[in-house]
Amino acid sequence: MEQPELIPHLFRTEFSKITAVICKRFGIEHLEVAEDIASDTFVLALETWTYKGIPENPTAWLYIVAKNKAKNHITRNHIFAEKIASQLNDTLSESIESEIDLSEKNITDSQLQMLFAICHPSIPIESQIGLSLRILCGFGIDEIANAFLTNKEVINKRLFRAKEKLRTEKIQFEFPSKDEIPKRLDSVLTALYLLFNEGYYSESQDSVLREDLCLEAMRLTYILLGNEQTNLPAVNALLALMCFHSSRFAARKNTQGEIVLYQDQDESLWNYELIAKGVYYLKQASHGNTLSKYHIEASIAYWHTIKADTKEKWESILQLYNQLLQLEYSPIAALNRTFALSKANGKAEAIIEAEKLKLTDNHFYFMLLGELYKDVDTKKARVNFETAYTLAKTQTDKLTIKKQIDDL
Amino acid sequence: MEEFILIFRHEDGKKVASPEQIQAWMKQTMDWIGGIAAQNKFSGGNGLPFDDARVVRPNNVVTNGPFGEIKETIGGYIIVKANSVDEAVEFAKGCPVLQGEGNSVEVRRIAKGDGVH
Repeated sequence: MEQPELIPHLFRTEFSKITAVICKRFGIEHLEVAEDIASDTFVLALETWTYKGIPENPTAWLYIVAKNKAKNHITRNHIFAEKIASQLNDTLSESIESEIDLSEKNITDSQLQMLFAICHPSIPIESQIGLSLRILCGFGIDEIANAFLTNKEVINKRLFRAKEKLRTEKIQFEFPSKDEIPKRLDSVLTALYLLFNEGYYSESQDSVLREDLCLEAMRLTYILLGNEQTNLPAVNALLALMCFHSSRFAARKNTQGEIVLYQDQDESLWNYELIAKGVYYLKQASHGNTLSKYHIEASIAYWHTIKADTKEKWESILQLYNQLLQLEYSPIAALNRTFALSKANGKAEAIIEAEKLKLTDNHFYFMLLGELYKDVDTKKARVNFETAYTLAKTQTDKLTIKKQIDDL
Repeated sequence: MEEFILIFRHEDGKKVASPEQIQAWMKQTMDWIGGIAAQNKFSGGNGLPFDDARVVRPNNVVTNGPFGEIKETIGGYIIVKANSVDEAVEFAKGCPVLQGEGNSVEVRRIAKGDGVH
């Protein structure tokens, strides 16, 4: 790899590792210090490598520099502390060397603990996602801003407040106790689920960035599977869901970046390796008797990997949506359920049910009604698509709806 | 928004349905509940299987029940969110249990525990 690509690549993968390990040693309240040390390490790499060339083992080079910087920081603080508190533990500086442990095991442990710290229930969900992107995925502020379609200032403020919250709530940098895991894991999974969705449904024009977001969400979910205590059915189900969705990455947007609707997608562009992985994790998820919303959503996503319209397919999808909605309502699930109803029980029944939903501020609702009235009542189909067009907020959505109107 | 319980009453719990009938009835029930849940009006619910059913009477008299002298049996219930009893009644009208002659769905408001009810 040439240098211009190597540093961003290493930054993405190593920044989060270095930050997590140092933060584990210093405590979560010193997250900013850990971040600074990791950033400084990369600044030095950029300066040094430009003149002296890339070292033989760039990662090892980064780790040594990071360790030294961490050590210097502790020594400086130690000396400072000694002046004001004489009874300080003398063994502190001696133990530094062994404690900045950048072994693979400690890196994974640190990242896992960092994940639990960042996704603590007391941190607002938006901040959890922002912090995860920055600290665990090594995304730049401008990349995060791009993904959220906002500016750097907003993201900086959000991250600042989140770090403050980590301090004031005195959140511990540790693996939760056995009894706490189910509850804490819930909020971690929610964050990872939203992180993935952020990438999958983002309006950002940067398709590489969107895919990276999804891959990072999958990587973090995978870390959870690597630990015996968090290798639980719901986690496997979530990873299965992510695998199924991302298998359609190449097929769901055309070269102009426009959304290609599911029924128009070129199946040869689906990634069958990812589908197979999804099936594997869904199987792993079926141990035990828990049924999370991720199980249901993964099962729905599984059925969508079979392109052919069969009675069995749509009946299964309908029943899964019936279950999902009982577990947790969402407008999008209600709309998808009604679409499945039209496929399984016929359009007449689906139109009656759709009219009851009354999601009148949602352009997808009118797109569904338009779709249902197609071939039944073209005039009504047109009126609904036109309402959808007026309500749609993005150019991509407007374009998709316009096509539907033109095809009537 | 208030909560109402819809109680399914079967006239004769002893009637045995065929597996196909049970399957068709299950689908209709799930579609009916799914339709309520899609309107964000579903709060909870359960089927009440007849196996392991007992009736306890005074003086520690326990019988396998609820069949025999009781004419109606309760087959299940759901709890819905509704703005009025009329809205809850509209939900109840779609209940597949009503396809059975003599069956009924009882609609009852759930007390809020606010000291008024």
